[in-house]
Amino acid sequence: MTAEIVIALLAAAVQSGTPILYATLGEIFSERSGVLNLGVEGIMLIGALAGFITAKATGAPLYGFLAGGVCGALLAAVHGLVCLFFQGNQVVSGLALTILGTGLSSFWGTPFIGQRTVGFAKLPLPLLSEIPLLGDIFFRHDPLIYLSYLLAPLMWAFLRYTRWGLGLRAVGEHPEAAAAAGLRVLAYRWAGVLGGGVLMGFGGAYLSLAYTHLWTNGLSAGRGWIAVALVIFTFWRPGRAILGAYLFGGVMAFQLRLQAMGTTLPSSLLLMLPYGLTIAVLVFSSWRGRGTEAPAALGINIEPRE
Amino acid sequence: MRVQVTKRQEPLGWGSCFIFLGALAFSLAVSAALLGLQGKPPVTGIRLLFAGAFGSPWALEDCLLKAVPIFLCALGVAVAFRLQIWNLGAEGQFALGAIGASWVALSFPTLPGRYLLPLMFLAAALAGGLWGLIPAVLKLGLRVNEIIVTLMLNYIGILILEYKVYGAWKDPGSFGFPMTPEFPAAAIVGSIGATRLNWGLLVCLAAGAAIALFLDHTRLGYELKASGENIRAARYARLPYERLVLMVMALSGALAGWAGCLEASGSLHRLQPTIMVGYGYTAIVVAWLARLHPLKIAIAALLLAGLRVGVENLHLDLQVPAAFGQIMEGLILLTVLAGNFFKDYRLRWREAG
Repeated sequence: MTAEIVIALLAAAVQSGTPILYATLGEIFSERSGVLNLGVEGIMLIGALAGFITAKATGAPLYGFLAGGVCGALLAAVHGLVCLFFQGNQVVSGLALTILGTGLSSFWGTPFIGQRTVGFAKLPLPLLSEIPLLGDIFFRHDPLIYLSYLLAPLMWAFLRYTRWGLGLRAVGEHPEAAAAAGLRVLAYRWAGVLGGGVLMGFGGAYLSLAYTHLWTNGLSAGRGWIAVALVIFTFWRPGRAILGAYLFGGVMAFQLRLQAMGTTLPSSLLLMLPYGLTIAVLVFSSWRGRGTEAPAALGINIEPRE
Repeated sequence: MRVQVTKRQEPLGWGSCFIFLGALAFSLAVSAALLGLQGKPPVTGIRLLFAGAFGSPWALEDCLLKAVPIFLCALGVAVAFRLQIWNLGAEGQFALGAIGASWVALSFPTLPGRYLLPLMFLAAALAGGLWGLIPAVLKLGLRVNEIIVTLMLNYIGILILEYKVYGAWKDPGSFGFPMTPEFPAAAIVGSIGATRLNWGLLVCLAAGAAIALFLDHTRLGYELKASGENIRAARYARLPYERLVLMVMALSGALAGWAGCLEASGSLHRLQPTIMVGYGYTAIVVAWLARLHPLKIAIAALLLAGLRVGVENLHLDLQVPAAFGQIMEGLILLTVLAGNFFKDYRLRWREAG
């Protein structure tokens, strides 16, 4: 009986950690190229709304998911324009992006509040879902979760072994040296911003298409900010993002279960858990992580050449 | 033809004013286009926005009422930004200020006003200031990034407020609505004459003048700016960076806390969740638009308060969602940010050769 509860909780942790995982991977990708994007929260909301509306209109959740990625990239492109072209401060631009994305998503989304859309259904994987324990926790989910399993190792391999991945990291660490070596620095940064935006948009779309099948204003509820914090916790490595995202997924799922079971603890105290944990995780990683620094050129714009 | 970017040799002077206005106009045009896309009349919409914000004495009063908390929060945010400390936590510090003031008002209902109000302001400053010190201590002690911590403390601060008004402080006579009982008369900041404005406006002006003097005419204010511009040089000059960080964050939090106290005591006369309408986030926009100067912060606070009031008008007449104001805030910040590029650089079109 208790084992069943624990397994169900872990499976729920994976599910509610998945949008955070997409967003964290997106932010890692962007920051590795040297661009800090604090617009994740706004981009997730736009991705969630775009996914919702598209899936509702076309009846195909896959189109919704793709639309979430495209619209995420579009909003991220605004950040790219302001920071990469107009030399705007990355922190302020990201904040503005979150304000804009939050506003746009409720401006366009208000008529849809409470409505349902078609979403992704569970698809237990043959064979894998039969594995005791692991099968129940990891392989009885929707296809987007399986996609997220592949993304983290893919990004790890991309950053570590491919020429483009190495270029992206070089641009984030030392843009002058990268430019001297003949890399097109701005092109790499644009790739970082847009690619990151796609993943953040995917994370948002996951919320409206798989986690819930409905729209409410402010659906992301701070998950974007948690993703920004998780990037520090992961030391900018995609592999550790899985760990961090599921930790948060676990806390969120746990908190929901406690509420559903009718605990006497007030819900506002339970709702604090993820935000408090974010601070705790940051404290922990700063304490552990001396020496594992951010990309050296993170947040620093490249001045246009005369 | 290709575009060539060159750095400006001399500062732009009045030109930067035109750039700012151009950026505002651009964001207004995009906003109008968004209205058009939703099938609302764009020109009428913008006209309603302005009329609603500044078109009548009633509207101007509304503007001033909203500008007060925005101004106080923005002032605090700007003090921190001067030291390049990213305090994005005015929203939470505002909440804690309101909680502190309400605690005093509800705990000592029999105290006369001349003690009660100062005590409320003190409690609000303490609560907001301590809330601001948390990220400062974590930053100095463990090098924890203050951006995330201040943002997370916003969420937590709002939840503490809800915990109180849904729980121990809930008015038994409120038919289940989450709100405290009305404050005793002695805990309410009085109105100015027959207007809806209260004496908080004076608190606000005094705070603004004090901060302006402090930033631009005292040694400490100068040290703040110098350390913000170059931390390493400041360390060489033996400027007390750590102490400055603590001071700035406590001050920043106390100012936002005052804003919370004024809203609870002056406008709502009680504590309830509707006190949280995002003034703390608007304050960040204001501080940045005003480039951290107290006088310009006052102007920008009025401008963005006007935006909020005008959007309400738009909502009533054209059923435009209130989120339209947020969209415009974001757009204004982005376009001004992009526009600043032209203060430092000029573009030249040249024949490709």
